[in-house]
Amino acid sequence: MSARDVVLGRVRRALADVPREETPEQVPVARSYLDSHAPADAVELLAENLADYRALVHRATAAELPGLIAGLLAAREARSVLVPVGLPESWLAAAGGVRRVPDEASATPHALDAVDSVVTGCAVAIAETGTLVLDAGPDQGRRRITLVPDHHICVVRVPEQVVESVPQGLRRLVPERPLTWISGPSATSDIELDRVEGVHGPRRLEVVLLAG
Amino acid sequence: MSGTYLGMPAFPTAAASATRDGQLRANLTHATHTIRDKRARAVAELPDWALLREAGAAIKDRTLRHLDGYLERLEAAVTAAGGQVHWAEDAEAANRIVTDLVLATGEREVVKVKSMATQEIGLNAALERAGVRAYETDLAELIVQLGDDLPSHILVPAIHRNRTEIRDIFRERMAEWGRAAPEGLSDRPADLAEAARLHLRQKFLDAKVAVSGANFMVAETGTMVVVESEGNGRMCLTLPETLISVVGIEKVVPSWRDLEVFLQLLPRSSTAERMNPYTSMWTGTTDDDGPRAFHLVLLDNGRTDTLADTVGRQALRCIRCSACLNVCPVYERAGGHAYGSAYPGPIGAILTPQLRGVGSELDASLPYASSLCGACYEVCPVAIDIPEVLVHLRERVVEGGEVTRNGRRVRIRPARGHAAERAAMRAARWTLDHPGVLRAGQRLAGRMRGLQPRRLPGPGRAWTASRDLPPLPAEPFREWWRRTRGEQREAGR
Ligand code: SF4
Repeated sequence: MSARDVVLGRVRRALADVPREETPEQVPVARSYLDSHAPADAVELLAENLADYRALVHRATAAELPGLIAGLLAAREARSVLVPVGLPESWLAAAGGVRRVPDEASATPHALDAVDSVVTGCAVAIAETGTLVLDAGPDQGRRRITLVPDHHICVVRVPEQVVESVPQGLRRLVPERPLTWISGPSATSDIELDRVEGVHGPRRLEVVLLAG
Repeated sequence: MSGTYLGMPAFPTAAASATRDGQLRANLTHATHTIRDKRARAVAELPDWALLREAGAAIKDRTLRHLDGYLERLEAAVTAAGGQVHWAEDAEAANRIVTDLVLATGEREVVKVKSMATQEIGLNAALERAGVRAYETDLAELIVQLGDDLPSHILVPAIHRNRTEIRDIFRERMAEWGRAAPEGLSDRPADLAEAARLHLRQKFLDAKVAVSGANFMVAETGTMVVVESEGNGRMCLTLPETLISVVGIEKVVPSWRDLEVFLQLLPRSSTAERMNPYTSMWTGTTDDDGPRAFHLVLLDNGRTDTLADTVGRQALRCIRCSACLNVCPVYERAGGHAYGSAYPGPIGAILTPQLRGVGSELDASLPYASSLCGACYEVCPVAIDIPEVLVHLRERVVEGGEVTRNGRRVRIRPARGHAAERAAMRAARWTLDHPGVLRAGQRLAGRMRGLQPRRLPGPGRAWTASRDLPPLPAEPFREWWRRTRGEQREAGR
């Protein structure tokens, strides 16, 4: 007998008390919890919760964005920046002196480690939890590019990419895509529960709320 | 390699030595109280918490009652998405499967994401026997591994260590495992975290194989979910070429939508955050993004035996948030090691004796490692009635009866009279030596007076058969203790 048959057989015998004709749907799950805690202004709440988790929040219009991103890269003295294939050209238009590193499957982790910053879009942002979700879309790139460099700039289009709650966020996402949920920069509380930012992921997370 | 829980003494013995360790108790008390207060605030932010908790419990019950169907569904979905599913009936089988998979890659090193399941089966030691070195990458697990120690908490495994101890461990041991600690390393948490970052980064960048667990698996879609804070999880899940995830069969949830409940319940219950910094979700493999090979090892190892017990089954709802540890007066004093398994605290007291049976003295004593104060039930995000299961297991220890072991119905004999008494007496004596524990217990005894006779049959009988002990005195014990000798001693503690 295969291990699979052994385990499934044990499961079935263990459930002898469950009537044969019972279907899963007959075990009631009341979903009377709220679909959203209905914040007055989801974008404001997103900004607040992001900042509460020590992400740095900026705001820009489409016209201001290139200048802002160039400024953020310059402030971190970034000499190189990872660029997802589908990132809008204009976003980096003002970052003249910074070397562009395209997101390629062939790049080794060591090569990524030598890059200073990364700029991406996002799939969804969840206001109630201050969470950015990346789904590896063309403007976000492979999962690892937002992980290895020490500085991540993530652009969120407001209000269209912002949802209020976790349930609303999940409905917008496609499970088959690789998903990364980011709530503030990498952090640990393992040493006497003192929070320290930036253990392995980017130590600096900057979020640009892009309006218009 | 890290230590082992094998051959641990029974809970009261281990706890007694732990409670004499002042440093350990100070570390634990500080940590559990801090996190407990934060958690209460995070939970209070959601007015529908009680409804989420009810839904969480119900989804898990639905899953457990139809576990076979969901596991088959999960297997099909993972396979369709490019993953490979393996089944392991026990720890040995799981270790063999993982070891063979690692050896087949030709690699001799793996990076590991913190995982309770691999702790439970002793995977690191098994890999080491096969000549494979496993690197723990969670900061706390790293501290435990470098210190040749055992985890003492589900969420913060090195909760029993303070910053100075951690600095000493880093200074002394890091070089043996890779990049040495920086010269003159201080005990500031930021410096310690930086030392860990540098030490581990080399490993992440070079690793070809990673081993993880998972917090949830979605049957409908085949999606795996890992919830973490540091980014070590993301590193392990995305940089290596091969990913092997060892996951208990109870971690499956039926549908994508169900994540909306657990992703609200888990972070607030465990780290007291609205959301943990990083959550990774993957479904099989993705071309040119992440590991090229994904293996899922579905682990039984006593879970189906637990499932067979209609009272104890609810322990399988556990989402390993650790909230019950942080409110438990017994855990706070005894420390996590006293429970002798990967699962300490109240959940450990009910899960371990079910996964392993109550054959050893340690496992038989675990259902007594509680004051039955009920705080664990109050905080549990999936409403596991831990006191109910504890009392149920005490009956089993003392009265024996039909249980399932390794998939077979067997009748276990009651612990022999004197053995039962010894277990009960030792636990009782230990509790009497710890007024704080007893005080918490008495609160419940007061509230549950009516239930007491029905709920505590076995040990009570064994205990009172040969001793003249009043059941519940008119004057609460706590008052009597205070009046006679408590104040002084307690103040000195
Ligand atoms: S038993 Fe409940 S409170 Fe304890 S770790 Fe499990 S889910 Fe959390």
